Amino acid sequence: MKRWIPLLIFVALAGFLYVGLHRDPREVPSPFIGKPAPAFTLPVVGQPGMTFSPADNKGKVWLLNVWAPWCVSCRQEHPVLMQLAQAGIVPIVGLNWKDKDREAEALLARLGSPYTAVADDVSGQTGIDYGVTGTPETYVIDKNGIIRMKHIGIINEEAWQTKFVPLLKELNQ
Amino acid sequence: MKSRNKKLLAIGLAVVGLAIVAALVLNAFRNNLVFFFTPTQVANGDAPKDRAFRIGGLVVAGTIKRSADGMNAIFVVTDTAKTMPVSYSVKDNGPLPDLFKEGKGMVAEGKLGANGVFAATQVLTKHDENYMPPEAASAIAQAQKAQTLVK
Amino acid sequence: MIPEIGHFALILALLLALVQGIPPLIGAHRGNATLMAVARPAAQGQFLFVAIAYGCLAYSFLVNDFSVANVARNSFSQLPPVYRFAASWGSHEGSILLWALILALWTTAVTIWSRHLPEDMSARVIGVMGLVSFGFLLFILVASNPFVRLSPAPMDGSDLNPLLQDPGMVFHPPMLYMGYVGFSVAFAFAIAALLSGKMDVAWARWSRPWTAVAWVFLSIGITGGSWWAYNELGWGGWWFWDPTENASFMPWLAGTALLHSLVATEKRGAFKNWTVLLAILAFSMSLVGTFLVRSGVLSSVHAFATDPTRGIFMLAFLGVVIGGSLALFAFRAAKMPTGGSFTWFSRESLLLANNVVLVAALGAVLLGTLYPLFMDALGMGKISVGPPYFNSVFVPLITPLLFLMGVGPLARWKQASLPAMAKQLRVALAIAATTGVLVSLASGSFKPMVGFGVALAVWIVVTIYLGFAQRLKYIGGPTLPALLKIPRGFWGMQMAHLGLAWVVAGITLVSGLETERNVKMNIGDTTHLAGYDFTFQGVSPHEGPNYRAASGNVEVAAGGKQLFVLHPQKRIYNASGMPMTEAAIDYGFTRDVYVALGDELDNGAWTVRVFHKPFINWLWIGGLFLALGGVLAASDRRYRIALRAAEAPAVAPQGAQA
Repeated sequence: MKRWIPLLIFVALAGFLYVGLHRDPREVPSPFIGKPAPAFTLPVVGQPGMTFSPADNKGKVWLLNVWAPWCVSCRQEHPVLMQLAQAGIVPIVGLNWKDKDREAEALLARLGSPYTAVADDVSGQTGIDYGVTGTPETYVIDKNGIIRMKHIGIINEEAWQTKFVPLLKELNQ
Repeated sequence: MKSRNKKLLAIGLAVVGLAIVAALVLNAFRNNLVFFFTPTQVANGDAPKDRAFRIGGLVVAGTIKRSADGMNAIFVVTDTAKTMPVSYSVKDNGPLPDLFKEGKGMVAEGKLGANGVFAATQVLTKHDENYMPPEAASAIAQAQKAQTLVK
Repeated sequence: MIPEIGHFALILALLLALVQGIPPLIGAHRGNATLMAVARPAAQGQFLFVAIAYGCLAYSFLVNDFSVANVARNSFSQLPPVYRFAASWGSHEGSILLWALILALWTTAVTIWSRHLPEDMSARVIGVMGLVSFGFLLFILVASNPFVRLSPAPMDGSDLNPLLQDPGMVFHPPMLYMGYVGFSVAFAFAIAALLSGKMDVAWARWSRPWTAVAWVFLSIGITGGSWWAYNELGWGGWWFWDPTENASFMPWLAGTALLHSLVATEKRGAFKNWTVLLAILAFSMSLVGTFLVRSGVLSSVHAFATDPTRGIFMLAFLGVVIGGSLALFAFRAAKMPTGGSFTWFSRESLLLANNVVLVAALGAVLLGTLYPLFMDALGMGKISVGPPYFNSVFVPLITPLLFLMGVGPLARWKQASLPAMAKQLRVALAIAATTGVLVSLASGSFKPMVGFGVALAVWIVVTIYLGFAQRLKYIGGPTLPALLKIPRGFWGMQMAHLGLAWVVAGITLVSGLETERNVKMNIGDTTHLAGYDFTFQGVSPHEGPNYRAASGNVEVAAGGKQLFVLHPQKRIYNASGMPMTEAAIDYGFTRDVYVALGDELDNGAWTVRVFHKPFINWLWIGGLFLALGGVLAASDRRYRIALRAAEAPAVAPQGAQA
């Protein structure tokens, strides 16, 4: 009997570790789901004098993609967004987060821009209002300006098909 | 010694060892666990008065003020719902970490003073600029959840 | 092209790991020599392909191939080549690949130096290691591929975390991994013994040198990690009880217990089951440590990957390896005979006490490390367990162990005489106590803890002397030839114990006597600490390869005599824009002088932090002695004789085949 004790201790330990894994501090459910997207008015990258505000997209289902030129994961996500933009599935607005070195414009000129507009959040305050914890993050906002979903991390093929496509279909009806 | 006695010796040693360890561990836990509170919880009076604890959140932009000799710093921490003034003595506790900046997440350990200012003895930031300490992120998320419930 | 070759090599390695794992184990079970013979070539082939894969990754880093996501994320064109190379294991993906490479390296070492073993034993050992390899390679290919491409490739990378850009980072992770993974050999031997049911004394003899070598690497790795923290983290500390440090410390505690238990098993046939369990425990702690650090389940300095998929895969892998081996233990351990008898006061009982203390300390560290996780999982709030917990548990646990360390090596096997030993040790105790009192008086204000720590260290040193004296008496007096006749195993043990005494002395002296001062310094200001005068002569700009820095000029003098100038830096790294404090240290055998820049104030003034750290280098010197002791023990003559005796007949048929 006592030879089973080590195994039992380990099983209990593994159980805790398993539960612990699911409490990823970054995967906190966004409290904004089902709430109106926080308002902001920010200058648009590459178009001096222009501003963007979520109210401009009223009546459309759109994505707000939080990214930054210094973020490598965003670079990884970029081609996926380009495909989506070329297919014209959904308008994507970029939120250029904490781009202190002012690199976004040159970068998008080089790689191509998947965005209908890129709002310039140098101070990072808008990102904080949206509860951004890291880049990239993507919000799905419906025709009434309500946040319907938040995706943390890169949008890959799988996430797109399972999380975005059904929701967008439903919202566009 | 017979093998039965040897077994008893082994078991006895193990039991004594376990008892000592358990006593040490429990005692150490009782005295040294540091609980974590958000500025909202502190504002609600949930935090202990006479015991060290940790708070987390964002450093509010424009609030970091240093004394002329650079030996004291005060700043305001927010979880986006409530704010909390924090003081930190560089003289006693060493310089603030490199990644301590306005608008960034941080976690501070210390005690709540009678004047409502949190006297930090340690300030922690994550060692990667673009992510918040998980505790700070969780404080903000909790506060936002509470806010949306109120509305 | 190169990254694709690496990826392909990994797939081949995975297949070979399976070949290395399954047929030899079946062969050993059925007594089929053909199947068993697969083990060695498959293991060597697996090593070759993992090495090719690692080479491809390192090459991608060295040539700045930013089309590889891992390179883009962790390197930078201006990064010096040595750090580009080190960056190949600075990331999650790279570090796991390094794990697999080192596992394959250890396996290959086993294939070379296991020819004296019975064929079924070596087949089982290599087979078990093959299955572990398979798990790691599968994890890399499924969840952590370091060769993923970015398209289009970014122009430049986002740089290695500046904290990791330190010479310590170049050698300390490989050392740690050599240690972690090295316990896989003892683990594989233990599993092989359980599978075969042959838990004889030979098993312990075969495991001992492997365990000792792994333990040496781990000791060096931990010492190096502490050195890195001291130099790079800028807080002047050398051990933080950070989860990552605990992750390397727990296997070390288990490994240390295993080393001692193996002695009793080999020499006296005692504690066989316990030794097997410790071998499983040591490697399990390595795996748990890797899991804790790499799954991001605990937030720590190093947990840069927070990816639940990886975490789940790793946890499943842990479940299979640890759960499986503990289940095997539960089924098979009972069948093994228990060994020789001994009294309550003997070398055996003292070794047992050593084991109980070490495992209890391990449990306390594990509990403290995981406690925040438990609380969080149970929804009982977020807490942190800091150094005060670990210090208040660990110190009282380890103190009796240090005392026993003086007694154990002098005690006889089977039955020792307490009165005789008390008489022998009286003088040692008196010397230790006197030195302790004198030191605590000499340290200025009376500091009992300093005196106590020094007394323990002196106690160990005196008993080491007694150990040699006792030994020499048996073999003809204190002459040089007699001294040379003492086997290396004995030298190794005493050297390691001496190293630990040195570490203990260093820790207590630096903890008790270090002094610190944080001040604002205008240009030309002077501050005083521990008899030194520090004059701040402002900062000058400094250009590093991939950073800009404000480099301070701090002149240090003592007694009016200029000694040296220190240049602490405040760096800004070009790629990430991350600031970094780089302390400047003047090293010395009896003290370090440590200066770091804080914040810039008006008119060229800065806040400056100065430390005086007496005897801190004893920690690392002691750590090296500890490791050296392990090297001596592993190179003991009898292991080599066993090898040579077995090699002679084994080599001939090999040659004939060729």
